[in-house]
Amino acid sequence: MSELRFDNVTVRYGSTTAVDDVSLTVPSGQVLGLVGESGSGKSTLARAAVGLAPVDSGTILLDGKPVPTRGRRRPLQMVFQDPYSSLDPRMSIGESVAEAIPPGLSRAERRTEVERLLELVHLDPDRLAMRPAALSGGQRQRVALARALAGKPEVIVADEITSALDVSIQGAVLNLVRELQRELGLTILFISHNLAVVRYVASHVAVMHHGRIVEQGPTGHVLSDPDHDYTRTLLAAVPGQSQSKGSL
Amino acid sequence: MRQLKSVLRTPLGLTATLLTIGVLVLAVIAPILWTDDADAIDTSNILAPPSAEHWAGTDNLGRDIFYRTLVATRLSVELALAATAIAVVVGLLLGTAAFLLGRRGGRLVNAGINIAVAFPGILLALFFAVIFGVGATGAVLAIGMAGAPAFGRLTQTLVAGIAARDFVAAAQVAGVGRLRILLRHVLPNIGEPLAVNATISAGGALLAFAGLSFLGLGVQQPTYDWGRLLFDGISSIYVNPWAALVPGFAVIIAGLAFNLFGESVAKALGVGVVGGIPKLPSVAAHLDDVEPVEDTRHSTDDVVLDVRNLRVTFPGVRGPIRPVRGISFAVRRGEAIGVVGESGSGKSLTALAISRLVDDSGRVEADRLELLGDDLRAADSKAQRQMLGTSLAMVFQDPMTSFNPTQRMGRQLAESSRHHQGLSKKDALERAVDRLRSVRITEPEKRAHQYPHEFSGGMRQRAMIGMGLMGTPALIVADEPTTALDVTVQQQVLDLLASIREADDVALILISHDVTVVGEVCDRVLVMYAGRIVEDLRAADLAAAQHPYTRALMAAVPDMHTDLDQPLAVIPGRPVDPSDVPEGCAYAARCPLASARCRTEDPALVADAAGHRVACWHAGEPLPLEIEDRELEEAEAS
Repeated sequence: MSELRFDNVTVRYGSTTAVDDVSLTVPSGQVLGLVGESGSGKSTLARAAVGLAPVDSGTILLDGKPVPTRGRRRPLQMVFQDPYSSLDPRMSIGESVAEAIPPGLSRAERRTEVERLLELVHLDPDRLAMRPAALSGGQRQRVALARALAGKPEVIVADEITSALDVSIQGAVLNLVRELQRELGLTILFISHNLAVVRYVASHVAVMHHGRIVEQGPTGHVLSDPDHDYTRTLLAAVPGQSQSKGSL
Repeated sequence: MRQLKSVLRTPLGLTATLLTIGVLVLAVIAPILWTDDADAIDTSNILAPPSAEHWAGTDNLGRDIFYRTLVATRLSVELALAATAIAVVVGLLLGTAAFLLGRRGGRLVNAGINIAVAFPGILLALFFAVIFGVGATGAVLAIGMAGAPAFGRLTQTLVAGIAARDFVAAAQVAGVGRLRILLRHVLPNIGEPLAVNATISAGGALLAFAGLSFLGLGVQQPTYDWGRLLFDGISSIYVNPWAALVPGFAVIIAGLAFNLFGESVAKALGVGVVGGIPKLPSVAAHLDDVEPVEDTRHSTDDVVLDVRNLRVTFPGVRGPIRPVRGISFAVRRGEAIGVVGESGSGKSLTALAISRLVDDSGRVEADRLELLGDDLRAADSKAQRQMLGTSLAMVFQDPMTSFNPTQRMGRQLAESSRHHQGLSKKDALERAVDRLRSVRITEPEKRAHQYPHEFSGGMRQRAMIGMGLMGTPALIVADEPTTALDVTVQQQVLDLLASIREADDVALILISHDVTVVGEVCDRVLVMYAGRIVEDLRAADLAAAQHPYTRALMAAVPDMHTDLDQPLAVIPGRPVDPSDVPEGCAYAARCPLASARCRTEDPALVADAAGHRVACWHAGEPLPLEIEDRELEEAEAS
């Protein structure tokens, strides 16, 4: 069991309220898609969950207990939007992944673990000495996923992880997310502004607007029968609805 | 290392490096070789002018000033380096304290640094000289401490820049401690600018010492540095001016050496690896073997833009690189053309070439490149800039960087009209307000007086379009205009472009990596791969695309009807590197249909009767249905 729950969470920056009294549950072993426009507070909510943004009031609970945001043991891990900024350009990808492995392993054990993680995200373990600059955007995002998995997390927060990628690479990363979720039984908070992407990976959807959750529920239900006007606006804005695709 | 070598390639860098090495070598060997000569007292020859025996004359004890200046190199350089070391260490501690202490403690430290920076350095030095006492030690501490705030401020700024990056946040989330993050992630990434600045400030410290010793607050008799020699020499300047001038020159040369060396290194690091790239030859003959693609369908009467065999070439380390390799297309009045492709396919460069915005290192060539009948290949002239300024509108991806943040929006829009159409200030501003209204910005009068940061992303993008409409454009070139925007705002911008096109019969070139966006807005779609057009088809025919690349792009994007039980289609491998374009069809390595022919012969772009152009030996052949996802992933990793 690893259910992530936000109870009446509020985050303020100065006088602006970025997240306003949000209550949200990511069911154990499921993917919750969080959608909304930029500035709606969805990234702030994610950062608050992993301790990168200060929570003013409310609680964030993992299986009923507060999420630890200090010390080495971090059951919540995050994957960031821009794979060009989320990997240290001076470190090899092996070092970046190894850094996130909890301490207590020997050097050889760490290396084996790094290789296992890279294989898990379909990267050739022989590349662990490479610098991020030698990798494509999609490959970097795989490394970032491997690093998040290194901490043996129960929950992964994925913040717009495909929006900085070319569409041709986006598909491969989304496939990987689905595969990892299924194989490892991860709970994932998947943030995106692209409804088609969320529809593809998430079993549940929450719609955020001006810092509040305006609608949430099972993906199929919310997307086919939206209750809130804003959800309908979002749905109408998805490009490419007018045409159907050719079969391959 | 390569960057440091490039320092030596410029005359200034070479001189500075040699000078710096010379000064350092002198500092080591001069006291060993000439101490006896420098300390030899010759009472019969006091305050002598320069002679063959004493090149710079002698001082009031008859000691040789030239030798003394040489010997003083070591002490002068040592003191300067010691002071710099103090400045760097204290500065580093101050500058990183904010990062380590967290928000509140950090604010306190920063306030302290800000106050200290505000004091003039020499004042601080005098203050510390009083505290630490007159003498070399006092001077070192004084100059070191006086340099520390500036260094602290620099460190603090650099640290803040790195600390905001996601990889630091990622390490925090992974539970890595602050000190460890500082040592592993932050310091290595700011090492270069810090080292460069330390070198420059060593030069500054040298001058500061000379100043302090000259004031009598630095080195005391009987030891001597350049400043002390200067101080002694100045008292006899009317008897022997060289007694002051020689140590003065030494200070200047050494100070310049350190400063210029630091700056040359900074420049080399900042410019990156471009240092050794040869200039483009006037004609890159071996690249010009591209066969011009004949396209005779263009009827000339309503053509807005006519491009034939457009090539863009840049100089590269291993010979010229050609990211756009001969593309031909025409845009008619009121027509909307979409250009799609992955990053690096050459689509943005094509747009820049059309609007003459390719930077100077690149060369744009074409058999024909005409906007409204005007040859865009002609030399840059006022008339041509005017024509481009009024009949072509360009919309960029990031609306934040395309506006000047310090000017009001109205004025920025008005500027182009005043420039190109000669409108008065008032008329131009009126037109700007009108144009803002036309791009559906509410309360345009009020908005015209606001600054870019007061606009939202979507509003800025609309204002950018409005700026393009200040003239009477016949063509709008929009390069990923919605990539930085939300879906809802994206829709507004696309709608706006569509309505402008309809209302004024303006042609549109929309560049995007998202084939669904392009398919929704455009009449025709050009698919680019590795600097070529591989398919040119009507947007309505996208579902019946012939080229395997177009079909793969279409399949890769999930939409609201994607089968949830199947993995998404992916394109294996990586896009072609423009500096290493393979023989034959550039897409062959990633193509499931590729045959031996594809790897040796490049297919030409051939049109069918309906005007559908495609460059593929296997156009329209059925794709092998199920290629295991896993296999594709492996192909990408190889």
